[in-house]
Amino acid sequence: MSLLSLENITVRRGTLSVVDGVSLTVSAGEFVGLIGPNGAGKTSLMRAALGLLPHEGRSNLAQMSAARRARAVAFLPQGREIAWPVSVADLVALGRAPWGNADPADPAVRRALARLDLEGFASRAATSLSGGEQARALIARALAQETPLLIADEPGAGLDPEAQIRMMTIFAGLAQDGRAVLASVHDLGLAARHCTRLILLERGRLVADGPPREVLSEARLAGVFHIRAHLFENEDGLIFQPLGVIR
Amino acid sequence: MKYLLPLLAVLVALLFCASLLIGPAAMGLGESLRALFTGEGGPVVLVMQEIRLPRALLGLLVGAALGLSGAAMQGYLRNPLAEPGLIGVSASAALGAVLTLQTGLAAAFSLALPLAALAGAGLASLLILALAGPRGGALALILAGIAISALAGAATSLVLNLSPNPFAAAEIVYWMMGSLADRSFTHVWLAAPFILAGMAALMTLGRGLDAMTLGEDAAESLGIRPARLRFVLICGTAAAVGASVAVAGAIGFVGLVVPHVLRPLVGARPSRLLPASALGGAAVLLAADIATRLIAPDRDLKLGVLTALVGAPFFLHLIWKMRRVEA
Repeated sequence: MSLLSLENITVRRGTLSVVDGVSLTVSAGEFVGLIGPNGAGKTSLMRAALGLLPHEGRSNLAQMSAARRARAVAFLPQGREIAWPVSVADLVALGRAPWGNADPADPAVRRALARLDLEGFASRAATSLSGGEQARALIARALAQETPLLIADEPGAGLDPEAQIRMMTIFAGLAQDGRAVLASVHDLGLAARHCTRLILLERGRLVADGPPREVLSEARLAGVFHIRAHLFENEDGLIFQPLGVIR
Repeated sequence: MKYLLPLLAVLVALLFCASLLIGPAAMGLGESLRALFTGEGGPVVLVMQEIRLPRALLGLLVGAALGLSGAAMQGYLRNPLAEPGLIGVSASAALGAVLTLQTGLAAAFSLALPLAALAGAGLASLLILALAGPRGGALALILAGIAISALAGAATSLVLNLSPNPFAAAEIVYWMMGSLADRSFTHVWLAAPFILAGMAALMTLGRGLDAMTLGEDAAESLGIRPARLRFVLICGTAAAVGASVAVAGAIGFVGLVVPHVLRPLVGARPSRLLPASALGGAAVLLAADIATRLIAPDRDLKLGVLTALVGAPFFLHLIWKMRRVEA
C-alpha cells in the first residue's frame, strides 16, 4: 500500500528549481533513505510533500486536510526547536495531539519514551538535556504520533554512534511492522546498512532509486558525491566505507 | 503546581473585595457591603456602586486581558520578551485617544476617547493583518508590529508637539500614564464585550500554542494551521488590549512579567499558562490599583507608573536570577 505518492513535484525559488519534477512512492514496509549532497533538495522535497512549501505537481499528503494529514504522517524537521522548558513527557505527549489529547500518561507516550531509552528523563525539562538527548526526545515525540508514515529530516545529526544505530534500528523496525519511514541521511554507511531502499537526489533531480547496493555504485559516488568508497557485502550485510575525495 | 489555578482565583477574589473596600471615603465594612448589595445607605451606595465597583471590575478585566494576551503572544512568538503591545495595538489605541484629547472631542462627549481608542486598535489590527496575515511568519508579525508602534508613537508625539496649550499637553501625558480612577459603569459596558470576546478567542489557542513549542513546521505537521492561529491571536489581542487601553490607558509590564513569573509554575506549557496568566494579570492589576490608593491617597498616583516602577526592577531581578542559573 502506497503511503506517500509524489507526482512531478517541482519547487521553485526565484528562477531556480530546487526540486525538479520528482516522482516517487513510498509503500508500507519500506525504510527509504533520501540521500544526496548538501543543497540537493532533500529538505525542500520533504517539506513540499507535506504541504509545508508551495510547489507544483501532486502530493497525496499535501492534498489532505491538516487534521487528516496529522494522523497519516509524522514529521521530524531538521531544526530541533524546543521553545520552552517543558518536561520530556509533556514534549513527547505533543505527538498525541492529532489523536485528541496530549496526555503524558498515554500508553503511546510511554512506548515512545521506552523505545528511545528516555524513561529516566521523563520529568526533566527538555531544554536542560544535551543536544543528542534533545534529538532523541524529539524522535520519541514523532514516534508517539503513531502514524503509518514517518518523514524525518536528518534525524541522526548530532547523535552518538550508539544512538544513531538505535535510531536506524527503530526505523527499520517500524518498516518491518508494516509502517514506512522516509528519512534524509548523510551517513551513507548507516543508510546502506539499514535502509530497504535509497533515493538519490542531485541538484533537485531524482537520479537513482532502488536497493542500496544498486544506488551506491562507484560511478554515482564519484559523479554525485565526488568520493571514492569501499563497498562490499559480508554476513553483516552491506558495508560502506568512504576512502577519499575525488576532484 | 496542582492547585495554582484555585489559589490564583482565591487571590483575585480577595483583591477584588479589597479593591471595593479600600478608598479615600472612610466607610465601615458592613456598611459598604450592605450598600453594595441592598442599595441602602445614602451616599455610601453611590460610592460603592458608581465608583468602586466599576473600578474593581475594570481592574479585573484589564488585568486579565493583559496577562492572557501576554501569555498568548509569548507562546506564539516563542519568546519570553514578547508582550501584548508588540503588535502595535496599544500605541495605536493611545493615538486614537490622544487625538480626542487634543481636538477637545473628549471633553465634549465623554465616550469619544474610548471609542476613538477602539477605532485606533481596530485600524492597527487591520494593518497588521494586511502586513503579516496568512503568508507572514512570526518575524513578519514582529517587524510589522514594531513599524506600526513606531508610527503611532511618532504621531502621538506630533500631537503633543502641536498641542494648543500646556494644559492639553499635560492632560495627554497624564492620560497616557494609565489609570483606573474615576471610571464609570459606562466604561465597563463599553470595554467588557471586547475584552471578554478577545479573551474567549485567545483561550481557544492553547493546543496550537503547545504545538508551536516545536516550531512552525512541526506544529503544522501536528494539524495546526499557523495562519489561522496568527489570525485569532491578532484579533483576540487587538480586541482585549485595544479595549483595555481605551478605558485604562497604557499599562505596561503586566503582560510581560506575569506570564514570565507563572511559566515555571505550570511546567512551561503554553496552554496551561493561558488561564494562569489571566488570573495572575487580574491579581497584579487589582493589587497595583489598590496600592495607588494606599501609597498616595491625595496625589492620584497613576497605575501605569506604578506597574512599571514595580515591574521593571522585578524583571531585572528575574534576568539576574536567570543569568546565574545559566552561568
